[in-house]
Amino acid sequence: MAPVTTDRDLRLDLFRGLALWLIFLDHIPSNAVSWITIRNYGFSDATEIFVFISGYTAAFVYGRAMRQHGFIVASARILKRSWQIYVAHVFLFAIYLAEIAYVAHSFDNPLYTEEMGVLDFLRNPDVTIIQALLLKFKPVNMDVLPLYIVLLVGFSPVLWLLLRAPSMALIASAAVYALMYTFGWNIPAYPNGVWVFNPFAWQLLFVFGAWCALGGAKRLAPVVSSRITVALAAAYLAFAFFVAMTWYFPRAAALLPRIIGDNIYPIDKTNLDVLRILHFLSLAVIVVYFVPKEWPALRSRWFSPAVLCGQHSLAIFCLGVFLAFAGHFVFTEVSNRILTHVIVSLVGIGVMVATAAVLTWYKNVERGPRPPTVKPGFAGGDA
Amino acid sequence: MRTFWALLALGVLAVPARADMPAQCQVARHLVEDNLRLPSAASAIAAKHLNVLVLGAGSSVLPGPGGVNLAYPERLRLALAETFPAAAVTVATDITPHRSAVKMVESLALDLRRQKPDLLVWQTGTVDAMEGADQDQFNQALDKGINIAKAAGADTVLINAQYSPRTESIIALGNYAEIMRWVAVQHEVPLFDRFAIMKLWADFGTFDLFSATKNLDTAGRVHDCIGRLLAALVADAVKPESPPGQGGQ
Repeated sequence: MAPVTTDRDLRLDLFRGLALWLIFLDHIPSNAVSWITIRNYGFSDATEIFVFISGYTAAFVYGRAMRQHGFIVASARILKRSWQIYVAHVFLFAIYLAEIAYVAHSFDNPLYTEEMGVLDFLRNPDVTIIQALLLKFKPVNMDVLPLYIVLLVGFSPVLWLLLRAPSMALIASAAVYALMYTFGWNIPAYPNGVWVFNPFAWQLLFVFGAWCALGGAKRLAPVVSSRITVALAAAYLAFAFFVAMTWYFPRAAALLPRIIGDNIYPIDKTNLDVLRILHFLSLAVIVVYFVPKEWPALRSRWFSPAVLCGQHSLAIFCLGVFLAFAGHFVFTEVSNRILTHVIVSLVGIGVMVATAAVLTWYKNVERGPRPPTVKPGFAGGDA
Repeated sequence: MRTFWALLALGVLAVPARADMPAQCQVARHLVEDNLRLPSAASAIAAKHLNVLVLGAGSSVLPGPGGVNLAYPERLRLALAETFPAAAVTVATDITPHRSAVKMVESLALDLRRQKPDLLVWQTGTVDAMEGADQDQFNQALDKGINIAKAAGADTVLINAQYSPRTESIIALGNYAEIMRWVAVQHEVPLFDRFAIMKLWADFGTFDLFSATKNLDTAGRVHDCIGRLLAALVADAVKPESPPGQGGQ
């Protein structure tokens, strides 16, 4: 199944698809294969890629809708999309409940009396399920969708401003990020604590992606393609790589000057640490420099599996969360050997690709003979 | 060959604890921190005593009537007594299941006054991760606990969460483990990486941490090794010069 080919930037689909694979690999606890994922070699991980590209495509799709049909129609479509994501989240929560109910039912070990207490919430499903519906209960690895929902719900006015005064919108977004750090803003969670992905922080990457989609990328092009920028980005990535190595080789940590360690740690994922943003931006600069938009290989068979997954990001993300649960289940119930890790990882990615291919097929069938340009929502893949 | 060592280790376990570490425990010996000092504990041992306080939550105990004798605080006491035969070793405990780091610090001040420990062994992180406790508060609680222990003349060793394969996809330990690691680095206190040690045992098949059981056999052996490895950490940290990877007697 060939990826849908329009005039869109296939690099977005490719890297979002790759990000979805990496998120899947990282979400299986203790997965040996997750050694290959980027979080082990620097500060940022696939989440940054996913959020940035989601902002980019949301602006691409709904920006066009807002220009053509006005604020109300575009907002209605954005809200409809966030509703779909909400439903997807609730669906995943149902699967999560099934998994842990199984663990609670089948596992007993005196070594883990304390840990099994985490299942106590099954005794009051009335509270837990309501809190989950309110997006306040936060099961492990299910934090991205609530973030996405909140970002989309608040996106209409941001998009309105982005279309009129893009620089103002970006400054406002950065201001919210700065205020978040100053005043410690976040959304409370149940039973306590706060959201794992702070929307007041992560909105910055989402809005920056949207800004890039609406002309910002063109404005940045001279800066991004300059050799100085590329050299700085490469140097920063090298620095982050060295720091990451000290996590695995404690003896190398002695080479890291204490003043650097004191200043960079802890690298805060919840509040999207500046070091993480810089790391993501450096990666983006390198990618944009070495992978041109019209690179023919983007349309090749080799990349089409990742591109396909990137074009159905919501469905494939949800599938990935489910597959990660299933993969962990295999590790604990069947075998925990390295070979099993490799097989489970490859089969999982294979299922994601096959599902994406089927979804593309559905889309083509349902679209019928109409020319692809009629459907504006299609040009950027899923928002 | 490994079977032979495993059998030998089982034989060793059947007799009262000895200073030689069983092969099962020895497998993870290299994961025990070996380059930080415990000055208060060192001077206490030089003065022929060592008072340890174990502050912890549910993973510092084992259930049942025999649980206390099998759990790592008592195993630590036995191993320390063998390692430092000249010193009078006591291990006091303040262990309450399902207690967060913030709550532990609240009772630590009183413990320090009552027990006057030379060494605080502080197991935490699991409950905070289960409850999704505020990470800043968790971080501050660790800072505060280490500081008040220091002010009371006690060194601190932190113990992180257990490796629990069945609940791995339900409890997100990651951020809390990271915070513990960096607090330990900042305060220059040893972190006993119980997670990495147990993960190694699970990966090597040293101990079966996957099966459902009500039996305390495996749990007892795991705690025994944890107690011995903790004692090895202390032994390394009170020696003026100890080459890495040696020690444990």
